[in-house]
Amino acid sequence: MSTRSAVLRPVLVAAIVVVALAFAGMALPKWFLFLATMAIAHATVALGLIFMMRGGLVSFGQGLPFCLGAYAAGLGGPWLGLTDAVLLLLLGGLTAGAVAAVFGSLLARYRGIFFAMLTLSLSMVLYGLLVKATAIGGSDGLNLARPSILGYVPTTETADYALYLLAVATAGVLSAIAALHFNSVRGLMSLAVKENELRVEYMGASVRSLMAVNFIIAGVYGGIGGALAAIALGHIEPTFSYWTTSGEMVFLAILAGQHSVVAVFLASLILELVRSFANLYFPETWQLALGAFLLVVILFLPRGLGSLWHRGHKPAAPATDATTETGR
Amino acid sequence: MELLLTVLVDGLIYAAWLFIVALGLTLVFGVLKILNIAHGSFYAIGAYAAASLVTWFTTIGLAPEWSLVAMLLAAAGVAAVLGPLLERGLLRLFYGRDEVLLVLVTYALFLMLEDGVKLIWGVDPYYVSEPYSLFGNVEMGPLFYVGYDFALMGLAVICGLGVWFGLNRTTLGKIVLAVIHNPEMSASMGVNVNKVYVLAFICGVFLAALGGAFTAPQISVQPGISVGVIILSFAVVIIGGLGSIEGAAVGALIVGLSRAAAVHLVPDAELFIVYLVMAAVLVFRPEGLFVRAQARKI
Repeated sequence: MSTRSAVLRPVLVAAIVVVALAFAGMALPKWFLFLATMAIAHATVALGLIFMMRGGLVSFGQGLPFCLGAYAAGLGGPWLGLTDAVLLLLLGGLTAGAVAAVFGSLLARYRGIFFAMLTLSLSMVLYGLLVKATAIGGSDGLNLARPSILGYVPTTETADYALYLLAVATAGVLSAIAALHFNSVRGLMSLAVKENELRVEYMGASVRSLMAVNFIIAGVYGGIGGALAAIALGHIEPTFSYWTTSGEMVFLAILAGQHSVVAVFLASLILELVRSFANLYFPETWQLALGAFLLVVILFLPRGLGSLWHRGHKPAAPATDATTETGR
Repeated sequence: MELLLTVLVDGLIYAAWLFIVALGLTLVFGVLKILNIAHGSFYAIGAYAAASLVTWFTTIGLAPEWSLVAMLLAAAGVAAVLGPLLERGLLRLFYGRDEVLLVLVTYALFLMLEDGVKLIWGVDPYYVSEPYSLFGNVEMGPLFYVGYDFALMGLAVICGLGVWFGLNRTTLGKIVLAVIHNPEMSASMGVNVNKVYVLAFICGVFLAALGGAFTAPQISVQPGISVGVIILSFAVVIIGGLGSIEGAAVGALIVGLSRAAAVHLVPDAELFIVYLVMAAVLVFRPEGLFVRAQARKI
């Protein structure tokens, strides 16, 4: 594949899928449109996580950018007078990205469990702060007024579809960027870091800057996802930053696998459907079903749902067995 | 002065409770290399089992002293059933996978156990206050404490010393240490590594359930208690250094005291002081306080 088509292909595919989904949305029931919008919001956060996971890092605190984006979108109206959803999404992404940039350089030297725990603790600090911040609603959170979308003011009738269109378009843009990045030099270098970080450093690349940039991108994606979820729900709570929210994002990323962008959105939709139907029919045991589902996926599809159809990158044979890796 | 004493005693009581649970977590990580989110569920199940057994002991007319035995039996029972079942039936399938993936496996297990607990015990809270008054009251100047809280401190010390002596002064403990150091080499020397894994996991479940069982009289046992304890004990073992017993002790003290200090001095910070301390420790000691230096692997 020439370089030119490598750039064109993901953009074209994304554009076609977005248009197809936009038309499909007209025929879909309202409840499904809302569900799909939420699925896209969560998938956006998970897509950000995958930027990091390709470099071998798993954050258990992605609730932090998610929550920051949501609050930025919620406060953008009353504080800054922003009433357009597109601007609120941008604000959410930029806020979370800016905070990620502050912590990025600190976090770039952590790996494995310690990275996961440090990010987790940061998101829990935010949770604790928000619960106590009575000025912005405390543990009750706050409500969002329905924003306009590029100047169009949706009515109650059209709101779901309008928001769905916004979500699909956002997903299209972010997916194309992700697909382009994953095949770029930097994106591929992340995979090399996961294989062996010392070798990458010996070859002259800075692992720290690579990790920091991945972290910031993940922050921006998380913020946009949070803003989208906040706009769709019309309500924000500190629990956006609670560790179980972050756990769900990791869950989603693992379910999808790291090799296909489409899989992330599909996995998110499946999860959202499983959750709402399980909630409806087995309100007492839906966590049981979800947990079992996750175990089965990890056991039988260790590379995620995406590995069902994506054959691009064969996984390298495990370089070392578990005992030498962990037997310290 | 009085405030200082209050913070100190409250902190120690809190630390004792936390240490018992965190000890199990750090032991399981040390041997099996699993940071177990489901540990919080074992704690909750221990508390529920103890609540049921203590209530039963009371209804058949046994003296209140027997409730201590009931709590111990409940913890042992939980460990004997869940330990082998989960290690052999589930975790065994995932050994050798990425550490973080294993965290997610235990997260899935945690989700399932949460619902399992609700199915068995329902969502209504349980109260077992009988054992709480067994040890009378303790008077410290102007302050009153319940003797039971101090008895828990004793239990924490016994658990800590027990695990330490078990690992460092017995043959079995030395075998476990050998497995921690190098499972393959131990296996080739004739050690039954699988047995060591099961044993360590049972001990871990037992300590979590024990913490839950002996906390049951102090709290209302209800859904959600597992979530709170798991993140706190994660903080403890991360601060102390994963897999280190001394670390768990120091970590529990740091978390206990800083939380007590926050409760009495800056109540607004209570919710996140623990994470703030954990982040602060990690900034200066990226792998916790008590951890041996390791070479980077090429």
